Amino acid sequence: MKPLKETLLAGEFAVTAEVGPPKGTEITDFIEKAKLLAPFVNAVNVTDNQGAVMRMSSLAASALLASEGIDVVYQLTCRDRNRLALQSDLLGAHALGIKNSLALTGDYITMGDHPQGKAVFDIDSTHLLQMIEELNVGKDMMGNPLSGSTDLFPGAVVTPSSLPLEPQLMRFEKKIRAGARFFQTQAIFDAEGIKRVMSIAKKYDVKVLAGILLLKSAGMARFLNANIPGVKVPHTVIEELEKACDPLQKGIEIAARQIEELRPLCDGIHLMAMSAEEKVIDILARAGISAQSDI
Amino acid sequence: MIITSKKDFKDLEKRLAGKEKVFLLGCGECSTQCKTGGEKDLEEMVSLLEDAGIKTTGGVVVAEPCHIPLTKKELRARKEEVARADAVMVLACGAAVQSVAEALPDKPVYTGVDTLFLGNINRNGDFSEKCSMCGKCELNNTAGLCPVTRCPKGLLNGPCGGVDNGRCEVDNDISCIWVEIYKRSEKEGRLEEFMAVTPPKDYSFSLRPSSLLIR
Repeated sequence: MKPLKETLLAGEFAVTAEVGPPKGTEITDFIEKAKLLAPFVNAVNVTDNQGAVMRMSSLAASALLASEGIDVVYQLTCRDRNRLALQSDLLGAHALGIKNSLALTGDYITMGDHPQGKAVFDIDSTHLLQMIEELNVGKDMMGNPLSGSTDLFPGAVVTPSSLPLEPQLMRFEKKIRAGARFFQTQAIFDAEGIKRVMSIAKKYDVKVLAGILLLKSAGMARFLNANIPGVKVPHTVIEELEKACDPLQKGIEIAARQIEELRPLCDGIHLMAMSAEEKVIDILARAGISAQSDI
Repeated sequence: MIITSKKDFKDLEKRLAGKEKVFLLGCGECSTQCKTGGEKDLEEMVSLLEDAGIKTTGGVVVAEPCHIPLTKKELRARKEEVARADAVMVLACGAAVQSVAEALPDKPVYTGVDTLFLGNINRNGDFSEKCSMCGKCELNNTAGLCPVTRCPKGLLNGPCGGVDNGRCEVDNDISCIWVEIYKRSEKEGRLEEFMAVTPPKDYSFSLRPSSLLIR
């Protein structure tokens, strides 16, 4: 598959899918999942202690995939590292062959499995984007020259379902001005918010990948609504899952339907299959973007 | 106001194991307001200690125990009561505990409270943190509302994606301060000011321990 940056810059529809690093050192399953997805996506997105749950570092996990020739989106949050550590890791990412980096603020530490830890948040994701921009031109954030620059394609996140939306859009625009070239959205279930996001994105020529989350059951959808900030599964979708005799199959159908609906609006999709990564292939097939040559 | 809360007495009892007599010191300002170190709270502590078999040699509520010379003076005035005690228990913030430690270099000093935050008084007995004394005030950038303190992530450039109907994702009981800042700025016609990225915070202004000498 064509790498993410080249795909987006060519104005082609891009597909990424998320894979979480292992909680432990057993990497076989992680690499196998990524390899399974690689022929169907432009990049595999590697999460950084997602949900504030401690796992293998996204840098190490991203590097493992990069060494397999897979284009990765290396996620990096401000929750666990100060400005020195973030810059060090970004330099390391470049050296390890990583091409894309997604700047996030990070879920709050009390939401995860080490709630007694100290959250860092030395800088925010807007600053992190500026930092990447500086490193890309061979300077650190203090303006000191570097012996060799990074070449990272900087991305960020926007939540189109956030209410009220206006402050969120203000931050979105700031992230663009801070250097973000592409965005992935938090999981969305309707097109309203993303239409407003896209009207700003078009002004600046940044690319937006709509977040598609695979719902595996009505119970999972209710759990997400109650516990995951920024995710709102509509009642009608929960009902559909409830009535289905095979909820997972129904979830695949819903995700594919969403892709078809969002495809004309945005520049790509970002799939979150929540440990059912192999289903990404089924979703893409159903949505009519299965074969490598299609894109 | 410095907000404090009482420590669990069982833990204090363990700390004081082997001590027979204690002198108590409270605070006439913050700890009185917080009901941790006023006259009544000292009385309550006397009876708790008594039940645990520990005598109280005396006690004083110092007007401002964060004031070191004042604390020294009050303790000098009660020299004998203090001398008879095996330890001093301070029912006031960490600053007060250390005033006492400085005043009494040879006496074991304990605290009976936890020091929580710099708080605004909403009403009697109801406090909330609005300023964290970061050393470089951002309020001129944020419509007079502090995201350094009131956003759990301390974000300087707008809300995170977790805002839920204007509520904070970390604590649903509080509003997202960035939504509040946005609304207030909109009302003041200052939204355009926010489109500039506020630079990273300069933590060199909050190096510890801080000190200030007015010349």
